[in-house]
Amino acid sequence: MNETAPIKGIIQRFAYLFLVLAAFAVMLIGKADTVLLEKVRTSVTDAVTPVLAVLSRPASTISNLVDMGQEAVDLQKENARLREENARLLQWQSVARRLHVENTELRNINKFNAAGALNYVTARVIADAGGAFAHSLVLSAGKRQGVRKGQAVVTGDGLVGRVASVGRHSSRVLLVTDLNSRIPVVIESSRVRAILAGDNVDRPRLIHLPPGASISPGDRVVTSGHGGAFPWGLPIGAVASVSDEGITVQLFTDRERLEYVRAVEFGLDGIVTFPENNSKKESNEVKSATSG
Amino acid sequence: MKQSAWQRLDILARNITPFILSLLLVMISIIPTHLPGYTQISPLLALVAVYHWGVYRPDLMPSLAVFVLGLFQDLIGGGPMGLHAFVLLVMYGMLITQRRFFYGKSFMVIWMGFAIVATGSIVAYWVIASVYYLKLLQPYSFVFQYLFTLTIFPVVSWLLVRWQRAVIR
Repeated sequence: MNETAPIKGIIQRFAYLFLVLAAFAVMLIGKADTVLLEKVRTSVTDAVTPVLAVLSRPASTISNLVDMGQEAVDLQKENARLREENARLLQWQSVARRLHVENTELRNINKFNAAGALNYVTARVIADAGGAFAHSLVLSAGKRQGVRKGQAVVTGDGLVGRVASVGRHSSRVLLVTDLNSRIPVVIESSRVRAILAGDNVDRPRLIHLPPGASISPGDRVVTSGHGGAFPWGLPIGAVASVSDEGITVQLFTDRERLEYVRAVEFGLDGIVTFPENNSKKESNEVKSATSG
Repeated sequence: MKQSAWQRLDILARNITPFILSLLLVMISIIPTHLPGYTQISPLLALVAVYHWGVYRPDLMPSLAVFVLGLFQDLIGGGPMGLHAFVLLVMYGMLITQRRFFYGKSFMVIWMGFAIVATGSIVAYWVIASVYYLKLLQPYSFVFQYLFTLTIFPVVSWLLVRWQRAVIR
């Protein structure tokens, strides 16, 4: 090959070396300046969103079939479990009714201002970048639909992650299991504070615990509201194991089953700093729009 | 004259399909399948595609295409930027220098070759990602992803060979 066109061969070799260096340079730039590459990433994700949305349809059809088969097998067991749960829940219902009444009265007395959700956007999960590199989702809703950076992403089961970047009609969610995820949490029963740190594996860890804190498997872990990024009390998971290697948490949300999630605006700016100046103004507008 | 222009366009369209298919494979690899445990072991389909075309038709997968493919995976996958581009390019470069070895070999040999190349690549992924995050990453996901990619290689490769025979010729 090189005998016939030596110059072409040399050029090709140079092009190859150049590209290897370029790839390396991209890594360095990504490490140093994430804003620029984040913008490129957002717009590329935006561009492929329609393709991903179509591709993910057959995938969810297949998963539905698998689910149906599994459900048929588990039906009897499931029935028994549901009956038992129903009985238990009815008890809880009466407790909840009583507490609700009590709560309303107390709130009237205190003029308590609930830090509840201001609004939310429901979106479909169209990509799940898993594996060892990063734990993130791509949602089928973006700025146009009202998704903002920093919003909490939840399902009925609990917290999934937070919105890390937003395109025009797609957005990327940093899962609580991602290596870069750090969430202030509190153990629900003992009120021990900690940080929930992702590790790119299924179960994140609890770190920065106060010395002497006693934690046992099964303890519920909820957001503590410190730092102001999330409101207090969003359920995350339960302590799965306590050992010398650390404390792992089993999440309430099942990542593989996520199809629709909600990006919830709590009106909290927190310590998440926004590069755009107008996002704070926008969230204030949302506030006044919903309260008015 | 006009016909020859059409013919050239036709050949160009056929020859660009390996790259388009590889882009599609990258997108397929991040589609949520909702299968339990799948995200931990999702196969590295770009690795399969680059290896396949690097062995059979490197003229249809030049280094620029490998670079763009890797960067595309980095962009939509959400990991460290440039990681896939770098590892795929290095793997591709080593593959091209050893290309004569694969000439006319049986599929088993090609598969074994992939096992070796993929081992190198997955170790590179692990080391570079660990350096990038300044933290020793847990190797389990890497190992499982590697094993699953190895298992799925014959299927993807078979499909690509079909395509090669039917469309590219």
